[in-house]
Amino acid sequence: MERLMENLLLFTFILYLCAFIAFAIAISGKKIKDQKKKERRWGNIAIGVTIAGVACHLAFTITRILVTGHFPTSNMFEFTTFLCFAIVLAFIVIFFIYRSVVLGAFAMPLALIILAYAAVFPREVQPLIPALQSYWLVIHVGLTALASGMFAVGFVAGLIYLINQVGNQKQGRNGFFLEIILLATLMFVGFIFTNLISSSMGYEAQIAHIVDGEQQVQSYEIPPLVGPADGQVQKMTPFLGLDKPLMEAPAWMKGHESAKLLNSTLWGILVGLLLYGLIRLIARKRISSLLHPLIKDWNPELIDEISYRSTAIAFPIFTLGALIFAMIWAHEAWGRFWGWDPKEVWALITWLFYSAYLHLRLSRGWHGIRSAWLVVGGFLVIMFNQIFINLVVSGLHSYA
Amino acid sequence: MIENTKCECGHNNPIGTILCEYCGKPLDEGQQEKKSIEKEMRYDGVARRSQKKEQNFLDRVWSFFSSVKVAIILIVITLLASGIGTIFEQERLTGSSDPESYYIEKYGVWGEWYYKLGFSDMYNSWWFATLLAMIGVSLVICSLDRVVPLYRALKNQTVPKSTHFILRQRISHQETLKAEDKEEKWKKLIGALKKKRYEVRQEGNSILAEKGRISRWGPYINHIGLIIFLVGVLLRFIVPGWYLEQALYIREGETLRLPDTPYYLKNEKFTVEMYEGEFSNVPKNYQTDAILYEKDKNGQLVPVHRHAIRVNHPLEYNELFLVQADYQMETTGLKLKVIEKQTKKNLGTFSVDFQKISANQVYKVGDLEIRALEYYPDFVLQNGRPATQSQEPNLPAFVFEVKAKGANEGEKSWVISGQDTSSLTPQNKYEIDLEGIETALSSGLLIRVDQSLPIIFAGGFICLIGLVMGFYWHHRRIWIKYEDGKIYLGSHTNKSWYSLRREIDQIAEQSGLRLKLTQE
Repeated sequence: MERLMENLLLFTFILYLCAFIAFAIAISGKKIKDQKKKERRWGNIAIGVTIAGVACHLAFTITRILVTGHFPTSNMFEFTTFLCFAIVLAFIVIFFIYRSVVLGAFAMPLALIILAYAAVFPREVQPLIPALQSYWLVIHVGLTALASGMFAVGFVAGLIYLINQVGNQKQGRNGFFLEIILLATLMFVGFIFTNLISSSMGYEAQIAHIVDGEQQVQSYEIPPLVGPADGQVQKMTPFLGLDKPLMEAPAWMKGHESAKLLNSTLWGILVGLLLYGLIRLIARKRISSLLHPLIKDWNPELIDEISYRSTAIAFPIFTLGALIFAMIWAHEAWGRFWGWDPKEVWALITWLFYSAYLHLRLSRGWHGIRSAWLVVGGFLVIMFNQIFINLVVSGLHSYA
Repeated sequence: MIENTKCECGHNNPIGTILCEYCGKPLDEGQQEKKSIEKEMRYDGVARRSQKKEQNFLDRVWSFFSSVKVAIILIVITLLASGIGTIFEQERLTGSSDPESYYIEKYGVWGEWYYKLGFSDMYNSWWFATLLAMIGVSLVICSLDRVVPLYRALKNQTVPKSTHFILRQRISHQETLKAEDKEEKWKKLIGALKKKRYEVRQEGNSILAEKGRISRWGPYINHIGLIIFLVGVLLRFIVPGWYLEQALYIREGETLRLPDTPYYLKNEKFTVEMYEGEFSNVPKNYQTDAILYEKDKNGQLVPVHRHAIRVNHPLEYNELFLVQADYQMETTGLKLKVIEKQTKKNLGTFSVDFQKISANQVYKVGDLEIRALEYYPDFVLQNGRPATQSQEPNLPAFVFEVKAKGANEGEKSWVISGQDTSSLTPQNKYEIDLEGIETALSSGLLIRVDQSLPIIFAGGFICLIGLVMGFYWHHRRIWIKYEDGKIYLGSHTNKSWYSLRREIDQIAEQSGLRLKLTQE
């Protein structure tokens, strides 16, 4: 059963990858006479493969439920995997409203990145602690993930809009920040790659240090460029002749995992920069101008509307899942419906951010570039809450 | 602004009206020259209180809070402030009695300023409450300022509109049409509109097709929901007895009064269960089997409710709410051993239960009688005399009298936890030493009364209904008019213009209009 579960997930990944390739073929090529025909044909193939992928992902989710006995949203691996599912599902919904092939060419890679990110976390099946033993686990977390998936599609559309509008601008703030966003995405990919490659090669290092007067050992799965302050190397596989960390984390980073996180972040930045440098070296232009020709012929008004529409669809779902149901569960499990826990606060911030967006767009007429930047910003807030708040800030929601 | 409020069509409009309520024609000259009246269409060009020209103080306050711009600024400030509150943990979570030095010690100069600027307990601060209150006021005023006039305008819509009005819509179209073809085209148009589920009204040579008006009420309903929510939160602070939060630790077998309530609770059994096998360090269940009592007229405890309180399965009785929140190991007593000094022989042990100990209580060990003379739960020396600081057994100390059976006089013996007392009574025959600690689990419960919850959750769900109405429906209107050999078409929506264009393209295709608004 567990074998089947692993295979289903692998198969899901492959299907999403194929769907991405098919979408990419559908939008590539010059605007020749039968481009429309080709686009339609490959678009149909691509959405078919996407649906097959989502079905496979669903099968994985069901097997995981059978294996673990609970809905798989109880730790970082399970949640992130489900988030990927939500993104693809949201994309399919939007695809059937607007029939936008170009959206798939960007939404599928995002789904792939998220799925790869899930693989960074431990995959073991763990039993539920008492606080999570509730049907609200599927309702609250599931709905929040579905809403986040829809917001993610809005983000993808916003990004496409920006590339469409300012991708070929060599000057100006819009072009610059767009490139920064793309670079940050590359760094995130770099972070995932180093983690997956290094841990699959079985790299290991252990460094002891003192936290709150007690000695603790940090196990690194990727070569420690940064070790904890005043750390003692206990064991370290040499990496490029390196047998101790290059430097130490600043002393104020006292949390027992923070040096490790700093190290993985640094690796992500380095590998991201390396990838970016390679792309610039080969293509001799910015990534945004590299992508621009692919989408310059698409109707920007349509893409702008997709980014708004996805966000507008997601907003009530988010309100229900991440706030209302969250409050009901918090009331049952913790005895108060709201406690200013960091995760709660950031859910509120996400909600306030998107409500500001909706007011600006619907009431103040912010369309186009400003609106696109806002949905990009909104998704960054969501990812910040998902990654940073979960992993760095401790609170009641630190389950993984 | 507009002085002349009487329209050419003869309709008298209230002061402040931008578009004639009857025919839709822009009322002032400046407006008539504009190519588009899209901005004015947002509330159908009706007069709003906030746009009165002469304003007294109240009007100015009203205008201020009726501005969406102000509302957005308030939202953004709240958003940023909330974020700042998560940089370091809030005071409540530090568990420190001296938060200032806690922050300084842990976060240095940043922590010091965090504390000094009041961010360390900001969610309870007056300024954060003020921010929320201002958002509440803004919600009320923004909604009232718009919903009343908008309701009037949408309710009293007339079908024939002036061509000025139609042509100045964001989507507009005109084409020539021979009079003899008009009937045929009309039929096709109405058919196509109905197929798209429009509600079609006809008057003479004019058509008004409308759908999804429900969408326009969405924002007001969701704002009403938010107002109800905020009122519910406010009530917790002003209605006495509506809100209670207390923590209680209760040991197995113990019956305690629930503070600030008329209830008593007995903990029959407390269970901590772990998973088996490789996950033996993962908790599976925390459970307090509890009986809730009330006092009857004679002061007797009467059981009123039984419940196994588990995490996620709280006890609910009337307004009372008991949540399994925590547990702790408590020292309930000491196990002491008696040693004959000369032979170092252990003569046996006896147990002292802090709860049950009473003056002159006698414990028996073999042939010895041990009488408790004095007990200090929280021992301290005050001016050289033994005393106790509290009734909590933090540092228990005893004076025992040890007496052989039948003997007239015994010897006094001191026991102070954590100290060697043998030097106090060097001539004693027996010595009493600590053998072990007796502990029991104490269940940590949260006692909660929150009478606002129904209001708060009702507010939340009303807000949700409003959001769904507002975002899952679209208000679309199409005006069509035939005048002087020409057919005019104008259309308006409050959002998703591309979808409207696509829909009009389809309608145009079905009815044979030469109109194409979207390109693939």
